[in-house]
Amino acid sequence: MAEQSRPDLLSNYARSLGIEVAEFEDGVPVLWVSGIDAIEGRPGHFHGGATSGLMETAGYAALRVALSEAGQEAQLKPINITVQFLAAAKKAPLFAKARITKLGRRSANVTIEAWQDQRDRPRASAVMNVMIQRATPEGA
Amino acid sequence: MEKQTSPRDPSARFDPKGAAQFLLSGGHPGWLGLTYRGHGDDWSELTLPWREDLVGDDVRRVIASGPIFSMLDMAGGMAIWTRENRFVAVATLDMRVDYQRPAGERADVIGRCECFRTTRSAAFVRGIAHDGDPDDPVATMAAVYMTIGNSGGGASRNG
Repeated sequence: MAEQSRPDLLSNYARSLGIEVAEFEDGVPVLWVSGIDAIEGRPGHFHGGATSGLMETAGYAALRVALSEAGQEAQLKPINITVQFLAAAKKAPLFAKARITKLGRRSANVTIEAWQDQRDRPRASAVMNVMIQRATPEGA
Repeated sequence: MEKQTSPRDPSARFDPKGAAQFLLSGGHPGWLGLTYRGHGDDWSELTLPWREDLVGDDVRRVIASGPIFSMLDMAGGMAIWTRENRFVAVATLDMRVDYQRPAGERADVIGRCECFRTTRSAAFVRGIAHDGDPDDPVATMAAVYMTIGNSGGGASRNG
């Protein structure tokens, strides 16, 4: 991946919460946040909102990378998100990676999973729809 | 969301305003700066104050969707305790937020959630987020919470 063409993957909010890009897997960013106080809900555990914030950020990051690789400039706006909280996330590093299930002209559908030490036992999953507002309309 | 018409003895009920002082003082809610705004028999209302480092849009100075989700999750939990009149350990099982429009630039966002049904092990919540006019919401939410630990059987209205 060429460093100079990589888009900004984190919003003010994401950076402020301590979310970082851990690595890229097959060109898809894996995001993570450590077990800092800013994410804590029930003592010793992630707040569901912080888990969701990480997953949402992972979803946008995957879309930004995909759009950037396609050479397209676009603004992303949330339409909705549905989160399944599968197991309590402990106050420890939490990772999230998205899969783009549809990248259309006007909207995208993305699923995200968040995990801790056991990747095959996700702590939460989410699906989100995102509106894509392109800077330059395509030929179609 | 309906207004409450039958005032009851406030001392007999879970006090969201008092509880907010410790519920919202630390951790993620404290980091977000959530504050208590109001409550009724089965609803609670929180404020998410605008802050530069909560902005999510790269163009407009608008609060990101993540903090709004967090606030609604928190307001939903408080609505359950308000309705149950006591603190019950709950965990969010499933939550959906539809973002109708961006919040206003530099606008605080208000979250109001209502717990409309509880069973022995589950609580059902709906709510809205708005930036001044509840009839023009920024977002709507629906969620199911489960009681956890030893508190099963606590939510007693329906079995």
